[in-house]
Amino acid sequence: MATRATVPAPSKPAARASLPALFAGFLSIGLMSFGGGLAAWIRREVVERRGWLDDRQFLTGYALSQIVPGATNVNLAVFIGAQLRGVLGVLAALAGLMLVPIVLILGVGTLYLRAQGVPGWGWLGTALAGMGAVAIGLNMATGIKLARRNLRGVAAALVTLATTVGIGVLRIPLVEVMVVIFPVSLALSVWQGPRR
Amino acid sequence: MIASLIQLAVLFGGLSLLAFGGGTAVLPDIQRAAVDTYHWLTAPEFLAFFAISRAAPGPGSLIVMLIGQKVAGVPGAVVAGLAMFGPSCALAYGASLMWHRTAGAAWRQHVERALAPMAIGLTFASAIALLRGTEHDWRAYAVTAVATVVLSFTEISPLFVLGGGAVALLLAGW
Repeated sequence: MATRATVPAPSKPAARASLPALFAGFLSIGLMSFGGGLAAWIRREVVERRGWLDDRQFLTGYALSQIVPGATNVNLAVFIGAQLRGVLGVLAALAGLMLVPIVLILGVGTLYLRAQGVPGWGWLGTALAGMGAVAIGLNMATGIKLARRNLRGVAAALVTLATTVGIGVLRIPLVEVMVVIFPVSLALSVWQGPRR
Repeated sequence: MIASLIQLAVLFGGLSLLAFGGGTAVLPDIQRAAVDTYHWLTAPEFLAFFAISRAAPGPGSLIVMLIGQKVAGVPGAVVAGLAMFGPSCALAYGASLMWHRTAGAAWRQHVERALAPMAIGLTFASAIALLRGTEHDWRAYAVTAVATVVLSFTEISPLFVLGGGAVALLLAGW
Protein backbone atom coordinates (compact mmCIF):
# COMPACT_ATOMS: atom_id res chain seq x y z
CA MET A 1 0.00 0.00 0.00
CA ALA A 2 3.09 2.26 -0.22
CA THR A 3 1.90 3.53 -3.57
CA ARG A 4 -1.38 4.77 -2.16
CA ALA A 5 -0.01 8.21 -1.30
CA THR A 6 1.52 8.83 -4.72
CA VAL A 7 -1.13 7.38 -7.03
CA PRO A 8 -4.28 9.49 -7.14
CA ALA A 9 -7.19 7.37 -5.94
CA PRO A 10 -9.67 6.59 -8.73
CA SER A 11 -12.56 7.18 -6.38
CA LYS A 12 -13.11 8.45 -2.86
CA PRO A 13 -10.48 6.86 -0.59
CA ALA A 14 -11.92 4.35 1.84
CA ALA A 15 -12.12 5.38 5.46
CA ARG A 16 -9.59 3.52 7.60
CA ALA A 17 -11.01 0.31 9.00
CA SER A 18 -9.25 -1.44 11.88
CA LEU A 19 -9.48 -5.23 12.15
CA PRO A 20 -11.65 -5.10 15.31
CA ALA A 21 -13.93 -2.56 13.59
CA LEU A 22 -14.15 -4.82 10.54
CA PHE A 23 -15.04 -7.77 12.75
CA ALA A 24 -17.57 -5.69 14.70
CA GLY A 25 -19.15 -4.30 11.53
CA PHE A 26 -19.66 -7.73 10.03
CA LEU A 27 -20.74 -9.14 13.40
CA SER A 28 -23.60 -6.67 13.45
CA ILE A 29 -24.45 -7.63 9.86
CA GLY A 30 -24.48 -11.27 10.94
CA LEU A 31 -26.66 -10.37 13.94
CA MET A 32 -29.28 -8.36 12.09
CA SER A 33 -29.72 -9.96 8.70
CA PHE A 34 -32.71 -12.08 9.71
CA GLY A 35 -34.61 -13.44 6.74
CA GLY A 36 -31.85 -12.85 4.21
CA GLY A 37 -31.30 -9.66 2.26
CA LEU A 38 -27.66 -9.74 3.36
CA ALA A 39 -26.39 -7.48 0.62
CA ALA A 40 -28.75 -4.78 1.86
CA TRP A 41 -27.36 -5.06 5.38
CA ILE A 42 -23.77 -5.09 4.16
CA ARG A 43 -24.35 -1.92 2.14
CA ARG A 44 -26.07 -0.25 5.11
CA GLU A 45 -23.18 -1.03 7.42
CA VAL A 46 -20.20 -0.58 5.08
CA VAL A 47 -21.40 2.33 2.94
CA GLU A 48 -24.05 4.22 4.92
CA ARG A 49 -22.95 3.81 8.52
CA ARG A 50 -19.17 3.36 8.43
CA GLY A 51 -18.22 4.97 5.13
CA TRP A 52 -15.59 2.37 4.31
CA LEU A 53 -16.68 2.17 0.68
CA ASP A 54 -18.67 4.43 -1.60
CA ASP A 55 -21.61 3.13 -3.61
CA ARG A 56 -19.53 2.56 -6.73
CA GLN A 57 -16.94 0.42 -4.91
CA PHE A 58 -19.75 -1.49 -3.24
CA LEU A 59 -21.52 -2.16 -6.55
CA THR A 60 -18.29 -3.29 -8.19
CA GLY A 61 -17.65 -5.70 -5.34
CA TYR A 62 -21.24 -6.91 -5.50
CA ALA A 63 -21.01 -7.59 -9.23
CA LEU A 64 -17.63 -9.36 -8.89
CA SER A 65 -19.05 -11.41 -6.01
CA GLN A 66 -21.82 -12.63 -8.29
CA ILE A 67 -19.41 -13.58 -11.05
CA VAL A 68 -17.22 -15.68 -8.74
CA PRO A 69 -18.99 -18.93 -7.78
CA GLY A 70 -20.15 -19.40 -4.20
CA ALA A 71 -22.44 -17.57 -1.82
CA THR A 72 -22.57 -13.99 -3.12
CA ASN A 73 -22.62 -12.29 0.26
CA VAL A 74 -19.75 -14.36 1.60
CA ASN A 75 -17.75 -13.43 -1.51
CA LEU A 76 -18.71 -9.80 -0.92
CA ALA A 77 -17.37 -10.00 2.63
CA VAL A 78 -14.12 -11.44 1.21
CA PHE A 79 -13.92 -8.63 -1.34
CA ILE A 80 -14.52 -5.91 1.24
CA GLY A 81 -12.17 -7.46 3.81
CA ALA A 82 -9.43 -7.79 1.18
CA GLN A 83 -9.93 -4.24 -0.04
CA LEU A 84 -9.74 -2.76 3.45
CA ARG A 85 -7.19 -4.94 5.27
CA GLY A 86 -5.86 -7.80 3.10
CA VAL A 87 -5.94 -11.43 4.25
CA LEU A 88 -6.48 -10.58 7.91
CA GLY A 89 -9.33 -8.31 6.87
CA VAL A 90 -10.91 -11.21 4.99
CA LEU A 91 -10.68 -13.45 8.05
CA ALA A 92 -12.05 -10.73 10.36
CA ALA A 93 -14.99 -10.04 8.03
CA LEU A 94 -15.81 -13.74 7.54
CA ALA A 95 -15.56 -14.53 11.26
CA GLY A 96 -17.81 -11.61 12.11
CA LEU A 97 -20.32 -12.46 9.42
CA MET A 98 -20.63 -16.16 10.21
CA LEU A 99 -20.19 -16.47 13.98
CA VAL A 100 -23.68 -15.62 15.23
CA PRO A 101 -25.58 -17.23 12.31
CA ILE A 102 -23.69 -20.52 12.67
CA VAL A 103 -24.37 -20.81 16.41
CA LEU A 104 -28.00 -19.80 15.90
CA ILE A 105 -28.67 -22.12 12.96
CA LEU A 106 -27.09 -25.18 14.53
CA GLY A 107 -28.98 -24.48 17.77
CA VAL A 108 -32.35 -24.06 16.07
CA GLY A 109 -31.68 -27.09 13.87
CA THR A 110 -31.05 -29.24 16.93
CA LEU A 111 -34.20 -27.89 18.59
CA TYR A 112 -36.22 -28.61 15.46
CA LEU A 113 -35.01 -32.19 15.24
CA ARG A 114 -35.89 -32.72 18.93
CA ALA A 115 -39.30 -30.99 18.74
CA GLN A 116 -40.34 -32.49 15.41
CA GLY A 117 -44.10 -33.05 15.32
CA VAL A 118 -44.71 -31.37 18.68
CA PRO A 119 -47.94 -29.31 18.25
CA GLY A 120 -48.25 -25.66 19.25
CA TRP A 121 -45.27 -24.40 17.29
CA GLY A 122 -47.10 -23.35 14.11
CA TRP A 123 -46.87 -19.66 15.03
CA LEU A 124 -43.10 -19.87 14.66
CA GLY A 125 -43.41 -20.75 10.98
CA THR A 126 -45.86 -17.87 10.45
CA ALA A 127 -43.54 -15.38 12.15
CA LEU A 128 -40.61 -16.63 10.07
CA ALA A 129 -42.71 -16.28 6.89
CA GLY A 130 -43.56 -12.68 7.82
CA MET A 131 -39.90 -11.86 8.35
CA GLY A 132 -39.06 -13.53 5.08
CA ALA A 133 -41.64 -11.39 3.26
CA VAL A 134 -40.08 -8.24 4.72
CA ALA A 135 -36.59 -9.47 3.81
CA ILE A 136 -37.63 -9.63 0.16
CA GLY A 137 -38.89 -6.05 0.46
CA LEU A 138 -35.50 -5.10 1.92
CA ASN A 139 -33.81 -6.42 -1.23
CA MET A 140 -36.23 -4.45 -3.42
CA ALA A 141 -35.72 -1.28 -1.38
CA THR A 142 -31.94 -1.59 -1.64
CA GLY A 143 -32.25 -1.85 -5.42
CA ILE A 144 -34.49 1.22 -5.46
CA LYS A 145 -32.11 3.24 -3.29
CA LEU A 146 -29.10 2.24 -5.38
CA ALA A 147 -30.95 3.03 -8.60
CA ARG A 148 -32.00 6.48 -7.37
CA ARG A 149 -28.42 7.38 -6.44
CA ASN A 150 -26.39 5.69 -9.14
CA LEU A 151 -28.37 5.26 -12.34
CA ARG A 152 -27.62 8.10 -14.73
CA GLY A 153 -29.29 8.14 -18.12
CA VAL A 154 -31.65 5.92 -20.08
CA ALA A 155 -28.92 3.53 -21.25
CA ALA A 156 -27.87 2.55 -17.71
CA ALA A 157 -31.52 2.14 -16.71
CA LEU A 158 -32.06 -0.18 -19.67
CA VAL A 159 -29.03 -2.27 -18.63
CA THR A 160 -30.53 -2.58 -15.13
CA LEU A 161 -33.93 -3.50 -16.57
CA ALA A 162 -32.45 -6.09 -18.93
CA THR A 163 -30.48 -7.70 -16.09
CA THR A 164 -33.53 -7.75 -13.81
CA VAL A 165 -35.83 -9.27 -16.43
CA GLY A 166 -33.25 -11.69 -17.84
CA ILE A 167 -32.31 -13.24 -14.52
CA GLY A 168 -35.31 -12.51 -12.31
CA VAL A 169 -38.20 -13.07 -14.72
CA LEU A 170 -36.91 -15.15 -17.65
CA ARG A 171 -34.58 -17.12 -15.34
CA ILE A 172 -31.70 -17.12 -17.82
CA PRO A 173 -28.49 -18.29 -16.10
CA LEU A 174 -26.40 -15.46 -14.69
CA VAL A 175 -23.33 -16.34 -16.76
CA GLU A 176 -25.24 -16.09 -20.05
CA VAL A 177 -26.82 -12.78 -19.08
CA MET A 178 -23.41 -11.39 -18.09
CA VAL A 179 -21.80 -12.51 -21.33
CA VAL A 180 -24.42 -10.67 -23.37
CA ILE A 181 -25.07 -7.57 -21.28
CA PHE A 182 -21.61 -6.75 -19.94
CA PRO A 183 -20.03 -5.96 -23.35
CA VAL A 184 -23.04 -3.79 -24.20
CA SER A 185 -22.81 -1.96 -20.89
CA LEU A 186 -19.04 -1.54 -21.29
CA ALA A 187 -19.44 -0.18 -24.82
CA LEU A 188 -22.04 2.30 -23.55
CA SER A 189 -19.65 3.48 -20.84
CA VAL A 190 -16.76 3.94 -23.26
CA TRP A 191 -19.02 5.70 -25.74
CA GLN A 192 -20.21 8.14 -23.08
CA GLY A 193 -16.62 9.18 -22.46
CA PRO A 194 -14.76 9.80 -19.20
CA ARG A 195 -16.70 10.23 -15.97
CA ARG A 196 -17.56 13.76 -15.13
CA MET B 1 -18.05 -41.37 10.68
CA ILE B 2 -14.84 -40.74 8.72
CA ALA B 3 -16.57 -42.03 5.59
CA SER B 4 -19.45 -39.57 6.14
CA LEU B 5 -17.02 -36.70 6.65
CA ILE B 6 -15.28 -37.54 3.38
CA GLN B 7 -18.62 -37.72 1.58
CA LEU B 8 -19.57 -34.31 2.99
CA ALA B 9 -16.22 -32.79 1.99
CA VAL B 10 -16.33 -34.17 -1.55
CA LEU B 11 -19.97 -33.23 -2.16
CA PHE B 12 -19.87 -29.66 -0.85
CA GLY B 13 -16.31 -28.98 -2.00
CA GLY B 14 -17.37 -29.78 -5.54
CA LEU B 15 -20.57 -27.77 -5.36
CA SER B 16 -18.70 -24.78 -3.91
CA LEU B 17 -17.14 -23.93 -7.26
CA LEU B 18 -20.31 -24.69 -9.21
CA ALA B 19 -22.49 -22.24 -7.30
CA PHE B 20 -22.58 -19.59 -10.00
CA GLY B 21 -24.84 -16.72 -9.04
CA GLY B 22 -24.93 -17.66 -5.37
CA GLY B 23 -25.61 -20.57 -3.07
CA THR B 24 -29.18 -21.09 -4.26
CA ALA B 25 -27.83 -22.20 -7.65
CA VAL B 26 -26.74 -25.54 -6.18
CA LEU B 27 -29.62 -25.98 -3.73
CA PRO B 28 -31.42 -28.51 -5.98
CA ASP B 29 -28.18 -30.51 -6.23
CA ILE B 30 -27.76 -30.43 -2.46
CA GLN B 31 -31.32 -31.63 -1.97
CA ARG B 32 -30.91 -34.48 -4.44
CA ALA B 33 -27.64 -35.68 -2.91
CA ALA B 34 -28.64 -35.32 0.75
CA VAL B 35 -32.16 -36.74 0.46
CA ASP B 36 -32.14 -39.17 -2.49
CA THR B 37 -28.53 -40.32 -2.86
CA TYR B 38 -27.15 -40.47 0.67
CA HIS B 39 -30.44 -40.57 2.65
CA TRP B 40 -28.95 -38.22 5.22
CA LEU B 41 -32.35 -36.62 5.87
CA THR B 42 -35.98 -36.83 4.75
CA ALA B 43 -37.58 -34.39 2.32
CA PRO B 44 -39.60 -32.62 5.09
CA GLU B 45 -36.46 -32.30 7.16
CA PHE B 46 -34.68 -30.74 4.20
CA LEU B 47 -37.51 -28.25 3.79
CA ALA B 48 -37.35 -27.34 7.49
CA PHE B 49 -33.57 -26.89 7.29
CA PHE B 50 -34.09 -24.68 4.26
CA ALA B 51 -36.61 -22.52 6.14
CA ILE B 52 -34.29 -22.23 9.14
CA SER B 53 -31.29 -21.20 7.06
CA ARG B 54 -33.44 -18.74 5.11
CA ALA B 55 -34.98 -17.08 8.13
CA ALA B 56 -31.83 -17.02 10.24
CA PRO B 57 -29.33 -14.21 9.73
CA GLY B 58 -26.28 -14.88 7.60
CA PRO B 59 -25.84 -16.58 4.25
CA GLY B 60 -28.50 -19.11 3.20
CA SER B 61 -25.76 -21.58 2.20
CA LEU B 62 -25.25 -22.28 5.89
CA ILE B 63 -27.85 -25.01 5.30
CA VAL B 64 -24.86 -27.25 4.48
CA MET B 65 -23.68 -26.95 8.08
CA LEU B 66 -27.11 -28.08 9.32
CA ILE B 67 -26.91 -31.09 7.04
CA GLY B 68 -23.36 -31.80 8.18
CA GLN B 69 -24.46 -31.61 11.81
CA LYS B 70 -27.29 -34.08 11.19
CA VAL B 71 -24.87 -36.49 9.48
CA ALA B 72 -21.84 -36.34 11.79
CA GLY B 73 -22.39 -33.89 14.63
CA VAL B 74 -20.23 -30.81 15.09
CA PRO B 75 -17.29 -32.23 13.07
CA GLY B 76 -19.74 -32.82 10.22
CA ALA B 77 -20.94 -29.22 10.42
CA VAL B 78 -17.37 -27.90 10.38
CA VAL B 79 -16.32 -30.09 7.44
CA ALA B 80 -19.44 -29.19 5.45
CA GLY B 81 -18.95 -25.48 6.11
CA LEU B 82 -15.26 -25.47 5.20
CA ALA B 83 -15.92 -27.51 2.06
CA MET B 84 -18.75 -25.22 0.92
CA PHE B 85 -17.11 -21.86 1.65
CA GLY B 86 -13.35 -22.57 1.44
CA PRO B 87 -12.83 -22.99 -2.31
CA SER B 88 -15.18 -20.17 -3.33
CA CYS B 89 -13.67 -17.78 -0.76
CA ALA B 90 -10.16 -18.55 -2.03
CA LEU B 91 -11.32 -17.80 -5.56
CA ALA B 92 -13.05 -14.59 -4.43
CA TYR B 93 -9.85 -13.52 -2.66
CA GLY B 94 -7.82 -14.13 -5.82
CA ALA B 95 -10.29 -12.09 -7.84
CA SER B 96 -10.14 -9.26 -5.26
CA LEU B 97 -6.34 -9.23 -5.39
CA MET B 98 -6.32 -9.03 -9.17
CA TRP B 99 -8.86 -6.26 -9.01
CA HIS B 100 -6.95 -4.20 -6.46
CA ARG B 101 -3.61 -4.64 -8.30
CA THR B 102 -5.06 -2.80 -11.25
CA ALA B 103 -6.24 0.19 -9.18
CA GLY B 104 -5.85 3.41 -11.09
CA ALA B 105 -5.98 1.83 -14.55
CA ALA B 106 -8.12 3.86 -16.92
CA TRP B 107 -10.15 0.89 -18.10
CA ARG B 108 -11.28 0.15 -14.57
CA GLN B 109 -13.43 3.21 -14.46
CA HIS B 110 -15.32 1.90 -17.47
CA VAL B 111 -15.61 -1.59 -16.02
CA GLU B 112 -16.97 -0.17 -12.77
CA ARG B 113 -19.41 2.03 -14.60
CA ALA B 114 -20.50 -0.91 -16.74
CA LEU B 115 -20.96 -3.21 -13.75
CA ALA B 116 -22.98 -0.78 -11.59
CA PRO B 117 -26.30 -0.92 -13.49
CA MET B 118 -25.95 -4.70 -13.80
CA ALA B 119 -25.39 -5.07 -10.06
CA ILE B 120 -28.52 -3.01 -9.39
CA GLY B 121 -30.44 -5.31 -11.74
CA LEU B 122 -29.07 -8.34 -9.85
CA THR B 123 -30.45 -6.89 -6.62
CA PHE B 124 -33.94 -6.72 -8.11
CA ALA B 125 -33.53 -10.15 -9.73
CA SER B 126 -32.60 -11.76 -6.41
CA ALA B 127 -35.71 -10.25 -4.79
CA ILE B 128 -37.87 -11.63 -7.62
CA ALA B 129 -36.23 -15.05 -7.31
CA LEU B 130 -36.92 -15.04 -3.56
CA LEU B 131 -40.56 -14.13 -4.22
CA ARG B 132 -40.86 -17.12 -6.52
CA GLY B 133 -39.02 -19.47 -4.18
CA THR B 134 -41.27 -18.87 -1.17
CA GLU B 135 -44.94 -19.65 -0.76
CA HIS B 136 -46.45 -16.21 -1.09
CA ASP B 137 -50.18 -15.51 -0.86
CA TRP B 138 -51.76 -12.03 -1.05
CA ARG B 139 -51.02 -11.28 2.61
CA ALA B 140 -47.34 -12.04 2.22
CA TYR B 141 -47.24 -10.01 -1.00
CA ALA B 142 -48.84 -7.11 0.86
CA VAL B 143 -46.19 -7.34 3.58
CA THR B 144 -43.43 -7.38 0.93
CA ALA B 145 -44.96 -4.38 -0.87
CA VAL B 146 -45.38 -2.30 2.29
CA ALA B 147 -41.86 -3.22 3.44
CA THR B 148 -40.43 -2.18 0.05
CA VAL B 149 -42.05 1.25 0.21
CA VAL B 150 -41.22 1.87 3.87
CA LEU B 151 -37.60 0.77 3.52
CA SER B 152 -37.08 2.70 0.26
CA PHE B 153 -38.33 6.04 1.45
CA THR B 154 -37.65 6.13 5.19
CA GLU B 155 -34.63 5.50 7.37
CA ILE B 156 -36.50 3.19 9.78
CA SER B 157 -34.29 0.31 10.92
CA PRO B 158 -35.11 -2.84 8.93
CA LEU B 159 -35.23 -4.74 12.24
CA PHE B 160 -38.45 -2.95 13.24
CA VAL B 161 -39.96 -3.64 9.84
CA LEU B 162 -38.98 -7.32 10.14
CA GLY B 163 -40.75 -7.53 13.49
CA GLY B 164 -43.74 -5.73 11.99
CA GLY B 165 -43.89 -8.27 9.17
CA ALA B 166 -43.94 -11.16 11.63
CA VAL B 167 -46.71 -9.51 13.69
CA ALA B 168 -48.70 -8.63 10.56
CA LEU B 169 -48.84 -12.21 9.31
CA LEU B 170 -49.66 -13.54 12.80
CA LEU B 171 -52.57 -11.06 13.10
CA ALA B 172 -53.73 -11.85 9.55
CA GLY B 173 -54.08 -15.50 10.53
CA TRP B 174 -51.66 -16.67 7.83
